[in-house]
Amino acid sequence: MLPRLRLPLRGRRDVVCQQAVELVTDYLEGALSRADRRRFEAHLAACPHCTEYLAQMRATIALTGGLTADDLTPQMQDEFVTLFRQWRGAGQDGT
Amino acid sequence: MDQETDAELLGRLRTGDERAFVTLVRRHHAVMLRLAAGYVPSMAVAEEVVQDTWLGVLRGIGGFEGRSSVRTWLFRILVNRARTAGVRERRSVAIGDWVPAVDQSRFDATGHWAAPPEHWVEEAENRIDAAKLADRLRSAVGELPVRQREVVLLRDVEGLSSEEVCGVLEISEGNQRVLLHRARSRLRQVLETDFGRS
Repeated sequence: MLPRLRLPLRGRRDVVCQQAVELVTDYLEGALSRADRRRFEAHLAACPHCTEYLAQMRATIALTGGLTADDLTPQMQDEFVTLFRQWRGAGQDGT
Repeated sequence: MDQETDAELLGRLRTGDERAFVTLVRRHHAVMLRLAAGYVPSMAVAEEVVQDTWLGVLRGIGGFEGRSSVRTWLFRILVNRARTAGVRERRSVAIGDWVPAVDQSRFDATGHWAAPPEHWVEEAENRIDAAKLADRLRSAVGELPVRQREVVLLRDVEGLSSEEVCGVLEISEGNQRVLLHRARSRLRQVLETDFGRS
């Protein structure tokens, strides 16, 4: 059984790969303490696999960000226009 | 016209401007629908929730005080309504058990990579059938547990800040990061399955 890798890094000497992959989001979010960030970056500098992993996470985020919202169908748009006109017709409650 | 800010559109909506309303709806509808779909049993119900939300927006438009962004305000109304309409949320309020970002079998006993990630980043970014990749990602987002899906939709698809996401979903920064981490890790796995040897 592997050690509990979610535990804070405090007191540990080095980050190992299995911990590093769990720290990626906190790292990208700027949520690591300065000491943990230094340890994480030191690990990256020595580990091409985790550097690759980080690049993949960044690519994943970029690709997810490229997903576009589905357009409204004309029928749905008509429904909203109707909704709006009903609201305006009802007198907007003093706004 | 689509370049106007949400706040400008809301201002015009207050004066009864129909085009401002339609622009706002078009801008936010898809993500609202996907958010709502996480809480209710069918797309038909999700559509009702979204429509009900917009009606609520129109009725309560005087209540927007500008303390949050229009988007945060809008999505919070939606999530509250969707939670009321749905039953699934009650089972998924907790952020859930820990799931490793990468399957434990990929590491050796000392926690170092035994099966390291292969190189596919450029291949994914330059993929010719980008539409197919987008479909794959979109369905992977759809299959995430609802809390993870909410966070990744708002953060990575819609581009809200972490602060805005916490405001919409009423969760802590820490929980937001945990959910985001799980969602992104899962989506990376999906891409790896497509591109790498996995």
